[in-house]
Amino acid sequence: MRQPNNMILETALKLLLFFIVLFSIYIFTAGHYYPGGGFIGGLMTAGAIVLLLITYDIKTVQKILPVDYRIVTAIGLLFSIGTSAGALFFNVPFLTHVFTHVEVPVLGDLALHTATIFDLGVYFVVIGVTMTIILTIGEDE
Amino acid sequence: MSLLHIAIVSPLLYSIFIPIFYKNFHRIHTGWFVLPLPVLLLIYFLSFLTNITKQNTVIESMQWIPSLGINFTAKADGLGLLFALLITGIGALVVSYSIYYLAKDKEKLNTFYVYLLLFMGAMLGIVLSDNLVVMYAFWELTSFSSFLLIGFWYERDQSRYGAQKSMLITVFGGLSMLGGIILLYIMTGTFSITEIIHQSPVLFQHDLFVPALICVLLGAFTKSAQFPFYIWLPDAMEAPTPVSAYLHSATMVKAGIYLVARLTPVFGVSSVWFWLVAGVGMITLTWGSVFAIKQTDLKGILAFSTVSQLGMIMSLLGVGSAALHYDALDNNIFTVAVTAAIFHLINHATFKGSLFMVAGIIDHETGTRDIRKLGGLMHFMPITFTISLIGTFSMAGLPPFNGFLSKEMFFTAMVRVTQMDIFNLETVGVLFPIIAWVASIFTFLYSMMLFFKTFTGKHQPEKLEKKPHEAPLGMLIPPVILVSLVIIFGLFPNLLSESLISPAMASILPSLLGAGEEFVVHISFWHGFTIEVFMTLGVILLGIILYKTLPKWIKAYGIMPKKFSLFHLYDRLMEGSQSVSYKVTNKYMTGSIHSYLVYIFAFFILILLLTLYWKEAFRLDSSNVSSIGIYECVLALFVVVSSISILFVKSRMTSIILLGAVGYTVSLYYVLFRAPDLALTQLVIETISVALFLVCFYHLPKFHRYETRMRFKITNALVSVGVGLVVTAIALSAHSQKLFHSISKYYVENTYEEAAGKNMVNVILVDFRGFDTLFEITVLAIASLGIYGMIKLRIYRRKDG
Amino acid sequence: MEILMAFVIGILFMTATYLMLSKSLLRIIIGTGLLSHGAHLLILTMGGLKRGTVPLLGEHAEHYTDPLPQALILTAIVISFGVTAFFLVLAYRSYQELGTDNVEDMKGSEQND
Repeated sequence: MRQPNNMILETALKLLLFFIVLFSIYIFTAGHYYPGGGFIGGLMTAGAIVLLLITYDIKTVQKILPVDYRIVTAIGLLFSIGTSAGALFFNVPFLTHVFTHVEVPVLGDLALHTATIFDLGVYFVVIGVTMTIILTIGEDE
Repeated sequence: MSLLHIAIVSPLLYSIFIPIFYKNFHRIHTGWFVLPLPVLLLIYFLSFLTNITKQNTVIESMQWIPSLGINFTAKADGLGLLFALLITGIGALVVSYSIYYLAKDKEKLNTFYVYLLLFMGAMLGIVLSDNLVVMYAFWELTSFSSFLLIGFWYERDQSRYGAQKSMLITVFGGLSMLGGIILLYIMTGTFSITEIIHQSPVLFQHDLFVPALICVLLGAFTKSAQFPFYIWLPDAMEAPTPVSAYLHSATMVKAGIYLVARLTPVFGVSSVWFWLVAGVGMITLTWGSVFAIKQTDLKGILAFSTVSQLGMIMSLLGVGSAALHYDALDNNIFTVAVTAAIFHLINHATFKGSLFMVAGIIDHETGTRDIRKLGGLMHFMPITFTISLIGTFSMAGLPPFNGFLSKEMFFTAMVRVTQMDIFNLETVGVLFPIIAWVASIFTFLYSMMLFFKTFTGKHQPEKLEKKPHEAPLGMLIPPVILVSLVIIFGLFPNLLSESLISPAMASILPSLLGAGEEFVVHISFWHGFTIEVFMTLGVILLGIILYKTLPKWIKAYGIMPKKFSLFHLYDRLMEGSQSVSYKVTNKYMTGSIHSYLVYIFAFFILILLLTLYWKEAFRLDSSNVSSIGIYECVLALFVVVSSISILFVKSRMTSIILLGAVGYTVSLYYVLFRAPDLALTQLVIETISVALFLVCFYHLPKFHRYETRMRFKITNALVSVGVGLVVTAIALSAHSQKLFHSISKYYVENTYEEAAGKNMVNVILVDFRGFDTLFEITVLAIASLGIYGMIKLRIYRRKDG
Repeated sequence: MEILMAFVIGILFMTATYLMLSKSLLRIIIGTGLLSHGAHLLILTMGGLKRGTVPLLGEHAEHYTDPLPQALILTAIVISFGVTAFFLVLAYRSYQELGTDNVEDMKGSEQND
């Protein structure tokens, strides 16, 4: 059986990880109004995964999160470029964003932005890039 | 886009399909697919003839870059049409000749015809566009396609050498012409040739007139192989013979002539123009004909003869420009020079084209072009013999061929120079007919050499690679067509005078014509016993004597040492510039990153300090500063102490931790300076960076301190202190004087209205300046892929063994 | 405060330059790290410090700090992270292949060209 790397870290992480990820998602979505956004959100999520890596080893983490982070990067780029280029279909310049307000039952007034999709792309790229870098270096013998 | 535009670019467009034809119809020679295009174009341009004869010009305009006054204006007037007919007519003949010259299973026909079509389109573009910038673009395109065609057999050293030489010289000329065009634009505010000609009467007084003139002439002289730039043309003979016939005798080298003719209305009144064009033309004429005698290669003789004939046309245009000083048309005896220039232009294309083709045939059928090995071919190749008889005799200026007529007119024009009373021609004008006469003797001489040494004399079968026999019919048809034109134009020269020469003259000397007038051109054989007849007789007589005594005086060419020839000079120049640039580059490109960084930082200090000094930009104004709290001071101290101690620590780990300390302190600064987004990002990034550093450093070697010498340390210290001081000075001055209002007001006001956000920084990132962010994440993705590649690819490589 | 910051920035640039001029690849990388910190602070300082509140419209303040430098710096921070990471791996790999981290030893010689 695998020997725990660090008992305290492992126990604390089980509790904290959830909150870190949740907080990073909050920070990402709040970005348009309060401090935050794709960069910080992405970095924080990546930080959480790095913490996971430090606590467990790479193989375990790969088992929990079987994700190819290069693809995450690609998806992120696709989101960002897609939203930017989408503007061209409406005969407005590249990167023109639109927004609208929607009344949703329970949640109330909700502002929907295409800029958020763009930011989501940034979020994914940042996660993908950070994790690709760290994993490639880490996997090297 | 009019039909005329389509006609101009059609060769370029058609060239796209050539590789497809080549690939799918490999059994048919690709040339057959190319041939219809120049024929169709020729017919198309012939349909303009009736219009042009009535002096109507066809102008079609298409907007390209209207904001810069650059429009693709196609204009077909007399001069342009004449050239367009030459390009398509000779083009069609050359293509059909090349079908037999280039073997379909040995040569890369697809590339050859793509280059040839590229050239054809570019050439049509030059002669038919009215906008100077568009013309320039096509001009350079001809240089490139010529480069590619000369280097077609690129596995030969000589081909590569010739291609590079022609490229260097003609592109140099092209660039200087671009300079001339820009100067013209500065003077007139337009790129349109028609409008520049309208403004020409006042242009003369402008300060930039002469520089513009010289720049433009440099372009024309390099392209048309005038002295001393002619040296590229003999080496360009490495191209396949159809190319030499087409580019290097009939069309491309005449682009310079075209340019001079086209701009004569603009520059022609100037004495500088007269002396440069006529003088350089005369020198080239003599030089080329004298040195043609020395050549032993058939194509070499033809190359020098082309140089000489181009010089002759050039000098005629120069002399003709003097006609602008004499207003009345009726008794303006000097326009004959321009008539002769145009007439000879056509004649030269016919006889020189056929002679090049003959040279190609001889090369093809005997395996050599060396006249020392050739001889007695008359019996083996009777048709070729007849063709070259007509061609060379026309070139020598013998009746009844067209060359005789234009040679006579050339003499007439040169004799009339003595009657001019401008530019001191009363005294030195007599030199013109004398030089012309001497050059003509040599022209006669090399023509005879070319003919008799090849076809008469003793046959030397042992020196030939192949047993000579007559060429296939398809190869003979194009030169036969050309020589029949030689005879037709010789016997009925007035076929051309009404339809082509007169309208072309109207384009060159428009100011001499009133409304509805036209140049009356009549060319005839016999004018009575004039001085020209005696000059011609003298040429023939002396030429025969010199030819008979040739072996005795040919050694005289050996007197001039090779060291002083222009060819040698060019080679030395190339070698010299190469070795000098190697030396200079090796001096500062040491391969040491340290010295590169020292250069960069030294320039950084120097340029910024000088700018601060000259602009008197350094200010220190403490009135508008914000308060200093104790907290900020502590942070400042922390940053300073940790960054300086990085310089002195010996352990790797310590320096990483100190770097991290600086990073975290900076993020605390962001908190204090009201930048929450930055603070958050910096904190997370710093954490991840430190982790990354530790992971990498784990593998890396012990922290060596390599700096040993004191001098090294002192240089570094000086440079870094300098950088620090400059940056401090800039930071202080930037704070102390604000020259402009901040543009951020826009963002503050529009963040909610335009983007419906409240966090300005985030809105700027994803919305207002979304492009930055888009590129940024792209850069990040590339960096991560680079890292991935650096580490993973090596593992794969090892697995592969 | 701006004047104090000007000197702090100057010192950051100075130490960064000194580190970048040394022969060890690692010190060069640390130098670039310091240089980017210096550059970020320079941009921020040029925009003026502590004028108004944080650039969030939710604060309903009279004045906001200049948001533009902050957006620029945010981009720059992330980019410099990417570049630093790339540098690090480059150093790491070149050490593996060449067995040294001394840039003077890495010079291409005439024979290698």
